[in-house]
Amino acid sequence: MDLYEYQGRDLFERHGLPVLAGGVATTPEEARAIAERLGGRVVVKAQVKVGGRGKAGGVKLTEGAEETVARATDILGMDIKGHTVHKVMITVTADVAEEYYFSYLLDRANRTFLCIASVAGGMDIEQVAAETPEKVVKAPIDANTGVDAATARRIVTQAGFPAEIADQAVEIAVDLWKAFVAEDATLVEVNPLAKTAEGGLLLLDAKVSLDENAAFRHPDHEALVDQAAVDPLEQAAKEKDLNYVKLDGEVGIIGNGAGLVMSTLDVVAYAGERHGGVKPANFLDIGGGASAAVMANGLEIVLSDPAVKSVFVNVFGGITACDAVANGIVQALGLLEQRGEKVTKPLVVRLDGNNAEAGRAILDGANNPLIQRVDTMDGAAERAAELAAAGV
Amino acid sequence: MAIWLTKDSKVIVQGMTGSEGSKHTRRMLAAGTDIVGGVNPRKAGTTVDFDGAQLPVFANVADAMRETGANVTVIFVPPQFTKSAVIEAIDAGISLAVVITEGVPVHDTAAFWAYNVAQGERTRIIGPNCPGIVSPGASNGGIIPADITGTGRIGLVSKSGTLTYQMMYELRDIGFSTCVGIGGDPIIGTTHIDALAAFEADPDTDAIVMIGEIGGDAEERAAEFIKANVTKPVVGYIAGFTAPPGKTMGHAGAIISGSAGTAEAKKTALEAAGVKVGKTPTETARLMREIMSAG
Repeated sequence: MDLYEYQGRDLFERHGLPVLAGGVATTPEEARAIAERLGGRVVVKAQVKVGGRGKAGGVKLTEGAEETVARATDILGMDIKGHTVHKVMITVTADVAEEYYFSYLLDRANRTFLCIASVAGGMDIEQVAAETPEKVVKAPIDANTGVDAATARRIVTQAGFPAEIADQAVEIAVDLWKAFVAEDATLVEVNPLAKTAEGGLLLLDAKVSLDENAAFRHPDHEALVDQAAVDPLEQAAKEKDLNYVKLDGEVGIIGNGAGLVMSTLDVVAYAGERHGGVKPANFLDIGGGASAAVMANGLEIVLSDPAVKSVFVNVFGGITACDAVANGIVQALGLLEQRGEKVTKPLVVRLDGNNAEAGRAILDGANNPLIQRVDTMDGAAERAAELAAAGV
Repeated sequence: MAIWLTKDSKVIVQGMTGSEGSKHTRRMLAAGTDIVGGVNPRKAGTTVDFDGAQLPVFANVADAMRETGANVTVIFVPPQFTKSAVIEAIDAGISLAVVITEGVPVHDTAAFWAYNVAQGERTRIIGPNCPGIVSPGASNGGIIPADITGTGRIGLVSKSGTLTYQMMYELRDIGFSTCVGIGGDPIIGTTHIDALAAFEADPDTDAIVMIGEIGGDAEERAAEFIKANVTKPVVGYIAGFTAPPGKTMGHAGAIISGSAGTAEAKKTALEAAGVKVGKTPTETARLMREIMSAG
């Protein structure tokens, strides 16, 4: 889960890291209250999870409550690269003398964590690394020994941070690591880490990602989810423990196993190229055991997407037998009828693997005109795309 | 022969008495796996009946190894307890730990992997969040259905469970030496490269299927490895060409971050290494069939 900047700022503050005093507002009136509390010159920043908001006019310096209210009014509701601004963060300003870069992140390739530090802050670090690699230090971090003062000192020295702020930088590096571990983060990025004219260090931006797998030990993380930004279908699926991602096509997809479902999306998209450019409408993994109830929940979610014109149910019976899946599909359609939902969209079903013959016989025996059986994945994708194109 | 898991492997199950653990212990036994016991400190000293097979429960992995000669553990404990279960297995010095559990925090995986490295990597870890490893006709360590295919001379390594089953099914008439599901988490113990190296060295494997998906750059690194080290033919498949950036697609590690981790980049890298990459699972199976029939 990626956090908004203000949530990252709050998280840093909670862990004792030096950040600018501030608050977050969803209305101009809330912005006024914050501006009055902070006093003097403030900065109003659009809260969107996308870069380039400064250029888009989403960051403004203001003086006094009235101007803050005016700029907050401008920025709230603004569209930045397809992201609507629902919140602004307001902080006091800092007199910045120099900008550095500091982050901890997951290093998938080396199966550990990585610290990236650079004296060239305030810019895109990937660009800095590409153009002036000598200015970027990448230090692997042992997950068990972590970052103590000695490790931090080594990184700070290697990165060439100025001597007068080295002690502060070491302290920040250690505290930031503690926050990274304590919050089960997969990324904490500070760009810029700023040296002020007075010589102090401040974390001026916060990019934080948290590991959703660790939610069981962070009940407080749930509150960080931006409910307004969650797709209602994704929310409904989550409440039913279904792994669903809304996409923008016309062919509803249900399958078992993340890899198979991803593959199904691809195969449908290829078939769609031959049928008016129809695309997959969603990712939905119903997992290994596809019971009738789970299948019904899945179908209900997929069919409630008005963009869906046909549904492709792609199941490989591994542990689950295909006859059980077939019964699940037939019963699911019955369950939906009972729930008062008239199913009108065609279902293309491909069953293969464990007990496939028995499963196919059940589908045929159900004599439901909505169910079309195709026995290969590629063939079924073709049929589902064709039906979606006809239904568009 | 096979890689890592053979008919001589003696297997224990951590979490054998839980619902998933007991269900799959039964299935692994039915597949002919030599399961010699389980681990659960609260039930140590008891035995569990699996269709007539009496399996002893031990307090910890070290006891189980000492009493039974076990060299493989399959781990089904819940995510909260996975890290300590794996560390217990590492401490006992077991050769292979297969971590089936899904939903393990990545800090926990990073910690047990770092611990394993610090102990000299005595333990091969597969997973977490994986379907396990099967050497058809010999032994099954995990949840891969053992009856899809018989033994043969294709090796398979995959991030995905059901795509593994699909591929095994498509090529069931040819058969497999070993199929390894390495899992879809951002940090995993055994990588594509580890499996490729083992299959290259395995005299009973003639060709390799490698299945990848969006996220990270494991496939790109595997491509470099293949170019430099693998002489056996490799056929590849990548899932997620149509996945949108920034969305996690089921597997915790399956996410395109910015421009990194795309299926297209992985396909390009594999093809540059001489790997034939199928557009669909079925086409991939056909490519492998052509290689095997050309002999």
